[in-house]
Amino acid sequence: MASMEKDSVSGQYTTGHEWDGIRELNTPLPKWWVYVFWACVIWSAAYMIAMPAWPGITDYTRGVLNYSSRNELQSDIKAQKQARSKFEAKIAAISVDDVVKDKDLRNFAMTGGKVLFNDNCAPCHGTGGVGAPGAYPNLADDEWIWGGELADLKQTISFGVRNTNENSRQSEMPKFGADGLLTAEQINQVADYVVALSSKGSTAGLPGEAIFAEQCVVCHQDGGVGSKDVGSPALNNNIWLFKGSKEQVKQLVINQVTNPQHGSMPAWSERLDETSIKMLTVYVHSLGGGK
Amino acid sequence: MSAATAAVGTQGDATPYYDGVVKNFVLASVFWGIVGFLAGDFIAWQLAFPALNLDLEWTTFGRVRPVHTNAVIFAFGGNALIGTSFYVVQRTCRASLFGGAGFGNFIFWTFQSLIVLAASSYVLGGSQGREYAELEWWLDIYLTVIWVCYLIAFAGTIMRRKEPHIYVANWFYLAFILTIAMLHLGNNLALPVVFFGGESWWKSYSLYAGVQDAMTQWWYGHNAVGFFLTAGFLAMMYYFVPKRAERPVYSYRLSIVHFWALIFLYIWAGPHHLHYTALPDWAQTLGMTFSVMLWMPSWGGMINGLMTLSGAWDKLRTDPVMRFLVSSVAFYGMSTFEGPMMSIKAVNSLSHYTDWTVGHVHSGALGWVAFVTFGSFYYLIPKLWGRRELYSLKLVGLHFWVSTVGVVLYITAMWISGIMQGLMWRAYDSLGFLQYSFIETVEAMHPYYIIRAVGGLLFVLGGLIMVYNMIRTIRGDVAAGEAQPMAAAARG
Repeated sequence: MASMEKDSVSGQYTTGHEWDGIRELNTPLPKWWVYVFWACVIWSAAYMIAMPAWPGITDYTRGVLNYSSRNELQSDIKAQKQARSKFEAKIAAISVDDVVKDKDLRNFAMTGGKVLFNDNCAPCHGTGGVGAPGAYPNLADDEWIWGGELADLKQTISFGVRNTNENSRQSEMPKFGADGLLTAEQINQVADYVVALSSKGSTAGLPGEAIFAEQCVVCHQDGGVGSKDVGSPALNNNIWLFKGSKEQVKQLVINQVTNPQHGSMPAWSERLDETSIKMLTVYVHSLGGGK
Repeated sequence: MSAATAAVGTQGDATPYYDGVVKNFVLASVFWGIVGFLAGDFIAWQLAFPALNLDLEWTTFGRVRPVHTNAVIFAFGGNALIGTSFYVVQRTCRASLFGGAGFGNFIFWTFQSLIVLAASSYVLGGSQGREYAELEWWLDIYLTVIWVCYLIAFAGTIMRRKEPHIYVANWFYLAFILTIAMLHLGNNLALPVVFFGGESWWKSYSLYAGVQDAMTQWWYGHNAVGFFLTAGFLAMMYYFVPKRAERPVYSYRLSIVHFWALIFLYIWAGPHHLHYTALPDWAQTLGMTFSVMLWMPSWGGMINGLMTLSGAWDKLRTDPVMRFLVSSVAFYGMSTFEGPMMSIKAVNSLSHYTDWTVGHVHSGALGWVAFVTFGSFYYLIPKLWGRRELYSLKLVGLHFWVSTVGVVLYITAMWISGIMQGLMWRAYDSLGFLQYSFIETVEAMHPYYIIRAVGGLLFVLGGLIMVYNMIRTIRGDVAAGEAQPMAAAARG
């Protein structure tokens, strides 16, 4: 064992022990360290006196402030509810059309509707309602598949599209290719026609015109303007659920005519209350410029 | 890996030190370290770009994350702790490893097999769903057996010591081994469904329910940080810092006081993970106050680590290995200040559930745990393989800077993203509506997730530099043009 000796750098003595060449100095505890440690201990003791702290057999020390996080939460919730209840009660009592006419109520519904939209709708339709390629329509333009009036929107939000709710909006496009209603050549021709329609190009003399008139017009209407009643999208514009070049658009039209894909949307009345749906309606209505 | 080779003791007596098993643990630690870092960076990129989960169940975030956490904590950290503890305890006790090379290698190989089984089971979906304790009951039992063997080997070596006193590093190692055993047993009490008429032989359910289950989990979880990642690695610090600095430990008294204060206070701190939950208020108060009181006891280790360098500060300039060790202690000090601060309920109400917590964990895990391990290994590898110095100290310097930039990118990105996330969650407008939706916070964090993943990539890169340096050192190479002043001046 090594003996205690003075370290020339620090002036401290070693403890006299040595392990594998390691020695230890007998430096006292740093003063600031001791003070800060005691300060933490005293602060903690005071906190324990003020707050619920020590468990007993059947109860615990409540602390002199009688604090309870449960009560704090409940009073917070109550305060928030109270702040909103004035507006919410009014919205519940009147129609969406009247909500939009009242400046304060509209403002409240817009703010609450945005929160509801971002929590419930944005995962598919994107924040701001920009939509997503695939089956999720853009809500920020003024094109609507099922109608953009307040009443249309409320209906769509409440009951959704192609779900199991009995009031759900329903429509399905036939599988023209898969079920053999049209040949591949005919589908190719009608796709050329639809692409011409959408790009406002000349459709004169296109062989697909006759096929379109025979098979498609019943839903998509003359000139492909679409119908809100049956949820058939307009084809005479450049808005597609899928984005892409002219060639890609043609291929997507071919796919859709051959074996259509159909999106689906939940019936939100099964999850949200009537007031929330009204607020959502006002918000979504504002996104697309409102019909 | 070479079988056990007994080096002759350096104290002048004939005590054989079993270093072969230490070599095995060091190699395994480095290997699993790289695996764990890669797994971590992979899931970091997944968070930024979810398509990287490859749409396969085995590579989804939920399955790879436990592989990452377990690989870095238990495989990288665990092998480092067991390996260095065997090296340190033999030398500071002047005694050979209890049970000899055979017992040591038995512990080694069973531990490696456990790691492989654990990783496979996580990827295949076998998990208890308890954070950092995902092992199912049959693997828990296997780990218990291995851990008892480890305790016997370590404590047995201390009991046959030739030194009258037990060195501080060994107190910390022993506290780590004993407490982890207690935590492991307490937290993993579970009912295997197969004994209760169930089909699956590998599935079990916790013995605890509801908030008691949560409390047990975080009693375990926080003390895994306290006794595995703090006490264990402080033990490494207490041996390798004075060794490399060639200076006496700053204060023996401080080591005693901070050791006992740390051991006593840490075990209470778990409830701070459950602030503002169904956990009773009194338990939250205790968790918070004990965490605050823990600040100075934790800093005792930092003071002893840093102040041991008095008289050797110049080595920070000349010795990149010392730079790793000292930076690790600095990161330790920062994390152990941040921890008590985050345990305060007012702070926690902002930081809880955000990336701030993730950043806090990584400033400890990368900056402290990994850096002190790198520094210790850089000291240890030449010694174990009988080389004068490392292949290249310049590469150690490169590793240091690459990793440090990586850690800083990681932590700062998570600070910003976490605090922003917390502020966005709690922002209300004048009408009483939340200002931001969850999805908007996710969008806002995207750039920081990329920065974090880049930081992680740098950390992996640093690890690979170490692997290269290690292999060349073991082969006995010396980098061209390296004067190796450390080797010449210090050990010549």
